[in-house]
Formats: sequence, C-alpha cells, structure tokens
Amino acid sequence: MHETLGNKHGVHSEHISVDHDPDDLWGDSRVIVNIGPTHPAMHGALRMVAKLNGETIEKSYCEFGYTHRAKEKLGENRTYHQFVVYTDRLNYCSALSNNVTYAMAVERLMGVEVPERAIWIRMICAELARVIDHLICVGINAVDIGAFSFFLYGFHQREEAYTLIEKLCGARLTTSYTRIGGLMADAPEGWEKEVKAWVQKTRKVIDEMDKLLTGNRIWLDRTVGVGVFNKEQCMQYSFTGPSARASGIDRDLRRDQPSMFYKEVEFDVPIGKNGDVFDRYMCRLEEIRQSLNIVMQCADKIKPGPIWSEDKRVRIPDKDVVHNTMEGLIHHFKFFMKGFDVPPGEAYTTFEGTNGELGFYIVSKGDPMAHRMRIRGPSVWHYQALSPMSEGGKIADMVAILGSINIIAGELDR
Amino acid sequence: MDIRTPVATSYGDWLQKFEETWKSQIAKLTAKFGSAIEETRMPVAFATDVPIVYVKAEKIVEVLSFVKTDPDFVYDLLSDLTAIDEMPAEPRFEVVYNLFSYSKPCRMRFKVRVSEGQDVPTLTGVWKGANWAEREVFDMFGIKFRGHPDLRRILMDVRWEGHPLRKDYPLRGYQIFPTAMPVDPTLLED
Repeated sequence: MHETLGNKHGVHSEHISVDHDPDDLWGDSRVIVNIGPTHPAMHGALRMVAKLNGETIEKSYCEFGYTHRAKEKLGENRTYHQFVVYTDRLNYCSALSNNVTYAMAVERLMGVEVPERAIWIRMICAELARVIDHLICVGINAVDIGAFSFFLYGFHQREEAYTLIEKLCGARLTTSYTRIGGLMADAPEGWEKEVKAWVQKTRKVIDEMDKLLTGNRIWLDRTVGVGVFNKEQCMQYSFTGPSARASGIDRDLRRDQPSMFYKEVEFDVPIGKNGDVFDRYMCRLEEIRQSLNIVMQCADKIKPGPIWSEDKRVRIPDKDVVHNTMEGLIHHFKFFMKGFDVPPGEAYTTFEGTNGELGFYIVSKGDPMAHRMRIRGPSVWHYQALSPMSEGGKIADMVAILGSINIIAGELDR
Repeated sequence: MDIRTPVATSYGDWLQKFEETWKSQIAKLTAKFGSAIEETRMPVAFATDVPIVYVKAEKIVEVLSFVKTDPDFVYDLLSDLTAIDEMPAEPRFEVVYNLFSYSKPCRMRFKVRVSEGQDVPTLTGVWKGANWAEREVFDMFGIKFRGHPDLRRILMDVRWEGHPLRKDYPLRGYQIFPTAMPVDPTLLED
C-alpha cells in the first residue's frame, strides 16, 4: 500500500485501507491531491482535496471561507444605506444585480414605491449584469478546458458593457449604483441608444461564439455527459438558476414570481435536459440572447422622468437643497450620520440573480441597522454539489464542472 | 408618522395571490400536527411577508418532510436555512427555514425556537443540501444539529473560538493561526 500526502505540518495520517480491486489499474495506491486555495483552475480561493485512483476522483471534500469578510455581521452594524457598497462585493461579476436585489429588499420592508424610470433602468442593469456574468462563465469554462480564443470574443463585449455601466455610475466593477428608493444618478442622455447599439453588436458576437465552440469536437468530448446532475439531485441540493434549468427544472423567478416590470417584457426561459456541463453552457448562451432581448425592450420603453421615490424617509436631498437651506443640510447630516429607521418586520426578498436565486432575508427591529441580514447566495448551494458531481469523474472533469456552475468566491464566502 | 410602530406594509402582492392557499395550508398543518405547531403568524396581523409557522424542535423534520411531499403543499425547495440571535429573549435562537414551492409558486417560513445548548434535529435526511447550511449555522451561532453527518465549522477556521454572528460577540479582535489547516485524510474515507 502506497500513499502520498502533502503533509508538511507534521500531522500524522492514518493509512487508508482500500480493499483490493482486480480491475484497479493502479494497484491499491491512492493519491491525495490538494487543489487550491490558490490554484489557477479554481475560481477564487476555493480548495478541494481529492482522493485519486489514477486520474479518477474517488472521494473529495471542499473548503471555502478564505475570503470571508463577515458581510452578514457588517449588515447588522452598518446602516441600510451604508450596506449598499458591501453588496457589490458579493458576486462581483454581476454587482449591479446584487445592488438591485438589495434595494428591492429594503424597499419591500419599508413599503417604498420606486418611480417607473428607475425600475426600467434597474431592469437594464440587472440584465446587463446577467450578460456580463454569463459571458465570463462560459468564457472561463472554455479557457479552463483549453479553448482560449472563445473567451476573448466575449471579453471584448464585456468590456463594452462595463463602459456602459461606467457611464451610469462612474465605476466599472464595484458599481454601488442603486440607493434605497432610487438610483445614485440618472442615466446620461442618449444612454439608451448606446445600449441598443451594444445589444446589436453583442447579438452578432454571441452568434459568432456559438458557431466557434458549440459544435467543436473537443468541446463536446469534454462537456457532454460530464458532471451530470439530474432533476431530483438538483432539488436535493437546492439548485436554482441556469444550473437547475439545465437539468430540466422549468423555473425562472423573473417569470414565476415577477418583480419590477418583468411581466411587461417578453422572453423565453431556456430549459436543458441532461444537466451536464454542455447543457449548462447552452442554457447560459441562450439566456444571454434572451437577456439581450429584454434589454432591447427596456431601452424602448424607458421614458424620461424622476428616478427617486418622494418618500421622505429614504430620499437623499439634492445637493442644491443641502448647500442652500438649513433644513436640507440637517436632513443630509442626519441621513448619512444616523441613517433612516426601517419599520419592524421581516421579509425574504429574492430575485433571479445571474446564477440562481439571490435572496436577502432582512429582519428589522425598527432601527437604522438590520437585526439580521442574511444573504442567500446561490454559489454556496452549488459549490456544495461539486463533490458529488465530480466523484467518479476525472480530475480534469472537475475543472470543467467547477467552471460550469460558476462559483464566485465573493458570494460564496460573504 | 411614527415609524417605530408597525406599519401595514403589504410586502408586494403576494397576500392577494396566496392568502387562500396559505390559510388552507396552515389549517391543514394545525389539524395534522396539533401541539407540534407552537404558533402561526400570518402577514398583516404580523409584520412579515409570508406566513411563519413556529414548530417544536423535536417535530421539525417530520413537519418539513410532510410539507415537502404532500400534494397540498409541495414546498420542495429549501430556499434558505439560517438562524437569528434574539438575545436577551429566551429561548435565545430561532432557526429559520425558508421554503419555496416550485409548483404553486409560493413561499412559507418555518421557525424553531432553540435555547442555548439545546440542539435541533438535522434536516440532511430530507434535503441533502441542508448539510452546509446547518454547518454554517453551527459555525456562526453555535447551534448544534443532532444527527448531522459532519458538523464542522465551515466559514471560519476549525480552530476558531466563538460564534461570530451571536449578538454578544465582540466586533473587533484577532485570532491568527500560523499555518493553514493540513489535509485531513479522515474526511476522505468511505
């Protein structure tokens, strides 16, 4: 019996007893391989320890928490307004989506109505974030498996989308764009036209990407039938979003539990069948197209108007009011130093985030800070399934599976 | 307006949509489980977006596996599992189960009141995915889950002391470990 352990810390390890298997290529030897937390194929600081028989993963366990920043604790010790910036750093590939969901969650607790224009802009934001996130997911998935140029096609469009976001709020990655009851700033004039031009271009790029990769022999060999998770398993592990839809679960919160104006736009929900890496890739690619359709419809329907709710509790006073009136100055000071009180109550607000159900469970006791700020990120539930999905597969398949469920460490560790 | 008194926030249009469903479901639950249901809280009467059903800790697995499969409920997705520290109230903790029904589609919330040191039966037999969520609750609040297959810390290092999301946990302080945790081969045994 032979065994290798990367054991530098002097911890004695028991030999693993494995019964002799005549078909066993490698005799009785098992190798334990530690992948991560800093490894180029792991998406962020994740760690997997796998027991290998040759190249086949027999058993594994996953660890995370290396970038834990205590966001839920911060949520209990920061005002609702201050917490907006922390939501950017959850799923940093789709920061806008988190901003929008968080703002919706607090508005729901307070009963604040947001004007139409703000909602349309928020919808465009959420869908832009979805396109960006899916582009990075399918792109990086392909890079991990060895198709590099595919990623660059999408990357260019992603940068263009970031430029659009930069025009909205001045930041490309950590947007902090929404405010409770409104938006940080209105979209600049002509922004809708630029969005539409971007949509037209991106549609072509997506078709190009589709042609480049989808029928590729090597891609099919590496993805079809890899990391299969059926409907029942998905329900066991609380899968949501594209990863669940790839297994045939016909659910999309945008359609089934519509928030904002999702009832007024038309889109299809792509459903997969096999629940393997390839189906997840196809679902995401189709969702990009559907998101582009939604963005186009939103850009058509958006009209000039206010972007702030006139609810005095949440409305941040305009700068000329602050600088020219005493009341405005006091209001401004109180708003930023003390925050606003949220009526006691609790609500679990969800939105179809890019990777699945993104939820904020906020319990308020009537204070300017939450009593409990629970963040339900889809990554946690998906990452939990990595071990069962990759057991029995090759170690290279694990990399493909990890890319296909799109784990974002910021959301995983919170 | 005194914003410290509960306002009649409607939390969207869910009440109009699901009021009948919720009422009949809660009636069925109380009829079936009787004293295992400690309390039910409907929206409007209480400041909550969906009904909350307080269940006795001993009965939670039975109740949740019932609502998961019964055709009148089909709450088949464990949306979220978490806890709240209600210090100084007694019992101190509430374990919260947010459920979602894919077929209705509506939501309901179940809660279990737990005092310090008391444990809750694990839900891993009903949803395998509850495993990590329960580990996180154990890590952050120190609530133990009876029968859990692998109740270790998950976000914090296994050598960490204290449970960070408790209300009496200090906001500042360091616990620094010189090395990362080595591979634990016992976790890789069949």
